Amino acid sequence: MAKKNNSLWTILQTLVETPGPSGSEHVIREKIKAEIQGHADEIYTDALGNLIARKGVLKEGGKRIMISAHIDEIGLMVTHVDDNGFARFMPIGGINPMTCLGGRVLFMNGTQGVIGMERLEKDEHPTLMKYFIDTGATSKEDSKIGVGDVCGFERPFLDLGKRLVAKSMDDRVAATIAMEALKEVKPGANELYFVFSVQEEVGLRGAITAAYGVDPELGLAVDVTRTGDTPLGVKMEVALGNGPAIKVRDSSFIADPRVVNWMVAEAKAQKLPYQMEVLEAGGTDGAAMQRTRAGVPAGCLSIPCRYIHSPSEMVDRDDVENSVKLLVGLLGKPVSLG
Amino acid sequence: MAKTEVSTKFNPRLGKKELDLLTRLCNAVSVSGDEQEVRAIVLEELRDFADFTKVDAMGNVLVRREGTGKDRVRVMIAAHMDEVGFMIVKDEGDGVFEFRVIGGVDPRQLVGKPVIIGRDHVPGVIGAKAIHLTTPEERKQVLKVDQLRIDVGPGGDSKVKVGDRATFATKLAVLGPSIRSKALDDRLGVFNLIQLVKQAPENVDLLAAFTVQEELGLRGAKTAAYGFDPEIGIAMDSTPANDLPHYDGLPNTSHNTRLGDGPAIYIMDRGTIGDQRLIKWLTESAEAEKIPWQFRQPGMGGTDAGEIHKTRAGVPSVSVSVPQRYLHSAAGLIRIEDELNTLKLIHTALKRLDRSILNRQEKSNGKEK
Repeated sequence: MAKKNNSLWTILQTLVETPGPSGSEHVIREKIKAEIQGHADEIYTDALGNLIARKGVLKEGGKRIMISAHIDEIGLMVTHVDDNGFARFMPIGGINPMTCLGGRVLFMNGTQGVIGMERLEKDEHPTLMKYFIDTGATSKEDSKIGVGDVCGFERPFLDLGKRLVAKSMDDRVAATIAMEALKEVKPGANELYFVFSVQEEVGLRGAITAAYGVDPELGLAVDVTRTGDTPLGVKMEVALGNGPAIKVRDSSFIADPRVVNWMVAEAKAQKLPYQMEVLEAGGTDGAAMQRTRAGVPAGCLSIPCRYIHSPSEMVDRDDVENSVKLLVGLLGKPVSLG
Repeated sequence: MAKTEVSTKFNPRLGKKELDLLTRLCNAVSVSGDEQEVRAIVLEELRDFADFTKVDAMGNVLVRREGTGKDRVRVMIAAHMDEVGFMIVKDEGDGVFEFRVIGGVDPRQLVGKPVIIGRDHVPGVIGAKAIHLTTPEERKQVLKVDQLRIDVGPGGDSKVKVGDRATFATKLAVLGPSIRSKALDDRLGVFNLIQLVKQAPENVDLLAAFTVQEELGLRGAKTAAYGFDPEIGIAMDSTPANDLPHYDGLPNTSHNTRLGDGPAIYIMDRGTIGDQRLIKWLTESAEAEKIPWQFRQPGMGGTDAGEIHKTRAGVPSVSVSVPQRYLHSAAGLIRIEDELNTLKLIHTALKRLDRSILNRQEKSNGKEK
């Protein structure tokens, strides 16, 4: 049944404004499933909650390819609510304490709150233990949240023209790109498994089990990467707007050089801008796919992103569009890794 | 009340027979990598109750107890047989041995403690210079493990060799409503799993994994889960109770668990985000049977569930622990009621288990064309 496609940017806005910290991906999963319905030959959710969409059937000369974009985001989990209704929390994934103060949060049950902090001594650097969430409750009894409740940061999507900002570009921008590629690609002889993976931020856990289940011959993660293009920032070659980044390595894995070459060749063939990525700190689902079963050639298509793991992650509009083109091109023809 | 309802009640108690088993389990020396002593007890206890028993390549005891019901869910329950302790690394003669710590033991706990070594339980002591001879400066330092020695005395050393494991020598004692022992982590789990195999509900296939090397990184559970290929995973373990008032009067917001408040159900730890469907199943089971329970505060630490849930194509998993004060020390302390309620909770939950709990509460689910 033909249905009207939402534009890439509308989908991106919907996804980044949906809360879904690791382990609580049920809402975001439903939204993605509804959006890709009708575009895949088979859609299912696995034991850990990965949403998996297959398109195409393996034919002579093709490969079974797993594309993994994670749908979880960093967040917070309540560990204690005191008599006055203030909630202590622990991080889900890598939370920088410096990004917390004054932040607003949205719980999976709809409750909203703000993050406050204890008094600091002079020159003291706050740890997460110093912070608490204030949901406006006046006592433990009238608090709408309790131990184990989960929240994500709350920020509206911001369209700055060429640049776009949101709280969970990591990795909803990649999920959006994967969804777009799923819709556009003609798999030919390839059998494509688009995995919208869970629990990446706590250790690539969803991709580990999804990769085992899919048993791919080639694995390609789609994720964000850091940039070195901000004032006195980290030293890194990647810059916003210079095109999709082709990962050579990060701290979780070394991309298979044949996969890297395959990606570079496609970018050149399409005359797309691209940049090589060496990320000193950070990991992706590529590492999980590479080490599944007896081993899988794996790589990663990265979207340059500033201010990763802050509530205001920034990507470039052209990078996003070019990433879709690169991914569709890669997946739509026979793959020879040479 | 219907008669059948009463007769199906599972009311575990700690009678003489059970206490004897728990005592033998807790007093055994079964440090990670050499779990033979506990393994022998488990195999002996379950000889007549298992449909299938195997000691796998890592040393895990895998016991399958098949039910009789239709469409039985394959539930793996793991309890680890190993404990933290020590390994002898050098014989310095005269009954004096250098040693290393296996697993997480606070070095501040070591000095002056009696220990037992190897399968013969050779008695010894972790010695240090007497206070008379120390300087005020020395007394501010925590002695490092490589500065300490285990002393068994001349004569005792003939049965001790490099590579032997050792533990604190504490014998299990019942202190009124409490039990004190060195190895309640995780012999309570082992004890409970033995009881569950013996009285397994008929509606499930119970895959009991008595695992090795948990304290070194869940190593046994990884291969055990691969071997069993279960549909649901449960780790039964013990977790710290830091429930005493703060000495400085500040509010205690990080008690982790509290003694006497019942089995501790995990939501999240370092290795696992508990499956929300299974957490709901456990809490609802506890409520239905009026079994006290508590959430363990989300935090660090980990259980065998950390490996089980990542096995093969994924296994929804959850952990339940008995709260314990002074974990990983010479003498941990638990409440007997917490232990029995933990056993009761798991048994009750298993009896209520059917496959539908794995349905996701979403608009659509499963395979679609």
